[in-house]
This record gives sequence, C-alpha cells and structure tokens, in this order.
Amino acid sequence: MSKVRLLVGTRKGAFVLTSDGKRQQWEIDGPHFAGWEIYHVKGSPADPDRLYASQTSGWFGQLIQRSNDGGKTWEPVGNQFAYDGVPGTHQWYDGTPHPWEFKRVWHLEPSLNDPDTIFAGVEDAALFRSSDGGQSWHELPGLRGHGSGPHWQPGAGGMCLHTILLDPRDPKRIFVAISAAGAFRTDDSGETWRPINRGLKSEQIPDPNAEVGHCVHRIAMHSSRPNVLFMQKHWDVMRSDDAGESWREVSGNLPTDFGFPIEVHAHEPETIYVVPIKSDSEHFPLEGKLRVYRSRTGGNEWEALTKGLPQSDCYVNVLRDASSVDSLDTCGIYFGTTGGQVYASANAGDSWAPIVRDLPPVLSVEAQTLA
Amino acid sequence: MIRVMLPAHLRTLANVNGEVKVDVTGQPTQRLVLDALEASYPRLRGTIRDHVTKQRRPFIRFFACERDLSLEPPDTPLPAAVASGAEPLLVVGAMAGG
Repeated sequence: MSKVRLLVGTRKGAFVLTSDGKRQQWEIDGPHFAGWEIYHVKGSPADPDRLYASQTSGWFGQLIQRSNDGGKTWEPVGNQFAYDGVPGTHQWYDGTPHPWEFKRVWHLEPSLNDPDTIFAGVEDAALFRSSDGGQSWHELPGLRGHGSGPHWQPGAGGMCLHTILLDPRDPKRIFVAISAAGAFRTDDSGETWRPINRGLKSEQIPDPNAEVGHCVHRIAMHSSRPNVLFMQKHWDVMRSDDAGESWREVSGNLPTDFGFPIEVHAHEPETIYVVPIKSDSEHFPLEGKLRVYRSRTGGNEWEALTKGLPQSDCYVNVLRDASSVDSLDTCGIYFGTTGGQVYASANAGDSWAPIVRDLPPVLSVEAQTLA
Repeated sequence: MIRVMLPAHLRTLANVNGEVKVDVTGQPTQRLVLDALEASYPRLRGTIRDHVTKQRRPFIRFFACERDLSLEPPDTPLPAAVASGAEPLLVVGAMAGG
C-alpha cells in the first residue's frame, strides 16, 4: 500500500511525518537536529530514501545533512558554499552597493534522475550544484553574472534564491526565483540566464514594470506542462503559458492576492492553490480566518477551502516553502504554519485536519509519495 | 594535549561528550588548536571559523583562564595553563537570540 512521508523543516529542527495511503493516522519522528533552523528538507525523485536537509544557525553557520534511509539516520556532507570568482556587489536596502555574502541555503532541489546531483538556492542569491551527493558545491555563476546582479536588492527576508524548478521534459531548462529580483530561466543547464519578468507589475518599486526587482515569492509548475507556470508574487497571483516569456495576473476574486506559497494539484494541471495573507505589513490571514483558495480554472475563479481550518482568531502565516502535494489518486495537499501546525487534506483541499499542532514555526513542508 | 570545551550543538555535531583533546605541535595558538580540532573532527569545519578566511564566526567566542581571548590574533600563544592542559579552551556560542 502506498505511503506518504512529509519532510518538515522548522525553526528548531526537522520532523518526519509518515502515514499510510489513507492519510488519517500519522507517526511523527523528530526533532532531528534539535535547536537548529531547518530551512528545507527534500527527497530525491530518483531515490526517495535519499534526503537532503539544509541545517543552519546564526552561531554555527550552514550544514547540509544527507540521509540514505528516508530520514532515520543522517550524516553531514559538504558545507562550503564559495561564490565563483570575486563576488562583486548587489544593492543594499538603501540602494548602496553591498558585497555578496553567503548566509544560508534556503532551498534544496534534487535532480529528477540522479540522487547524487542536487541544486541549492542560497542567500545572498545564487545557485549552487553538487554532483557528488552534497560533498562539494560549485556555483553556477552565469546567474549572478548575466548582467542584472548588481541591481538586485534583498526582500524583507533577505536576498534569497528560494525556488528552483527543473523542467522534466528539457533537462537543460531550469527556472529560479529570487526575492526581490524576480524570476530567471536558463536553457543551457545553467551556463547562461535571463530574467523572465515581463508582465509583472510591482507598484512598490521605482519602475513597476522593471526587468528585475520584483519580489517573487514562489513559482509552481505541473510536470506534464512545464511551459505553464504559476506565481505568487509579493502582491498578485500570476500565470505564464510560455515558460515565463510573459505573465498575466490571475488573482481574480481572491480576497487579497498577497501570500507566499502556490501549489498545483498532482493530477489536474489547471487546479492551483494559494493561501491569501492580509498584506505585506500584516502577515496573517484576513479576518483571522485561515483559508486556502483553490482555482480549478488555472486562476481568476477561486473558491475558499475552510472545512477543518480555524475560522476565527487565527493569525499564523504560511511561508513560501511550507506547502506541498502528494501524488496519490486523490491528491493530498499539506501546509505548515508559523504557529507550528501542519494541516493535511486527503481530498484535494475539500476538508482539512491538523496532523500536529505544536511544532516550532514551520519553514518548509515536502510530501513524498512512496510505493 | 590541549583540552577544548565545545558548545552543546557542536558536541552533538561532532558526536562527542564532554571535553575533547587535541595534540598540537609547538606553541599552541588559537589557529593551531582549531586546525587540529578540524582535522580530528572534520564535521566542525565552517562552524567555528570560515572555511577560507579562517575568521572566527561572529557569534563564536573563545575563553580560557577567565579571559576572553576572542579578539586575540589567531597566532597569539594561548595561556600557559591551556598549553599545559591545566585549563580548557572554551568555545562558546554568544548569548543572543532564542
């Protein structure tokens, strides 16, 4: 029988949540790396028991942990993230030049077909790759070096590369997103990159239609249609039907279009999910009601999903890497909150129940569907 | 034999309990002790000082013999009591955050 394993990163450790295919009873294992910030944990699509975790600390810096047994045991691997050449400068919050400085790994994206190859999105924004199971890391410098890098500026959470999408049909194509620079694409395995932000409009920056400078919070794709991208921007939910060449807004009837995560249903490429948040200055659900919004039309027409979610006095946030879907026949969807709850829906969002209520603030959730 | 007391998180990472002991050839300094520590426990590389520049991480401090040695140049000889093994070198996570 199929199983689901959730890899949960929190402010104070990692947790592994497992259930059978019914997704009603869950075992909770953890904390792993207790006391450390675990920004992200993700498994290899080619070997689901091969996991990678980004373990970080303001005191002790960055570690990368690797597991070969689905999270039962871990070993630290390479933690040296050195920018290629002279790193140069980006813009600081006040617009002055600021040297590129490595701070942490936000997101780990294992290769679709090689358990030993993995990409890391880091702060200050850059993309690294390891082809030896995380032992050594090398920057793909064409991203920072394509020309607009000196104009990038950090978002409120830092200048982080937080999203990495690997095109399942074209192994040379990768999409990344950076706060607050925007979205970028390579078509040659990371050698060269270009911004793909046409159609984004951000009133908070000097030129609302600038080539870079947009605070993209998350991008999602369905593996069957890698040219269709969905984006949760700082404000605005966006869609591209041409691999990011152009974007159009699909916020439609959302009560607020500010938010962080965006997900695509595992089997319905036009069914997408967001968690609207009141505003950039009030990072909590509108009216204290935790509502996931689902569109079955690829955007514009949204319905609130509330069954089983708190509908009063709820002031948590859901961060950009803190949602995921499984690929069982009835798609499961999951998200974690800054209040430490992990919610699950085994019926594509129609109803929800908490798996666990009192974890540390949740930074990331990744679902694995296991045979 | 130099005695080193690591903070709890680094003891867990290095998989050790209590103090660790490292051998240093010649006059012990912060740099030589950290070189020996990282050679014995490669998992600690990058957690106390930078991989390349060897600069102390900002929230790490070094204490010994009731003195704060954090701002001493890394090639300064450690106190005689540390060199003799009478006192440990304390690697401390600065008290900050939650």
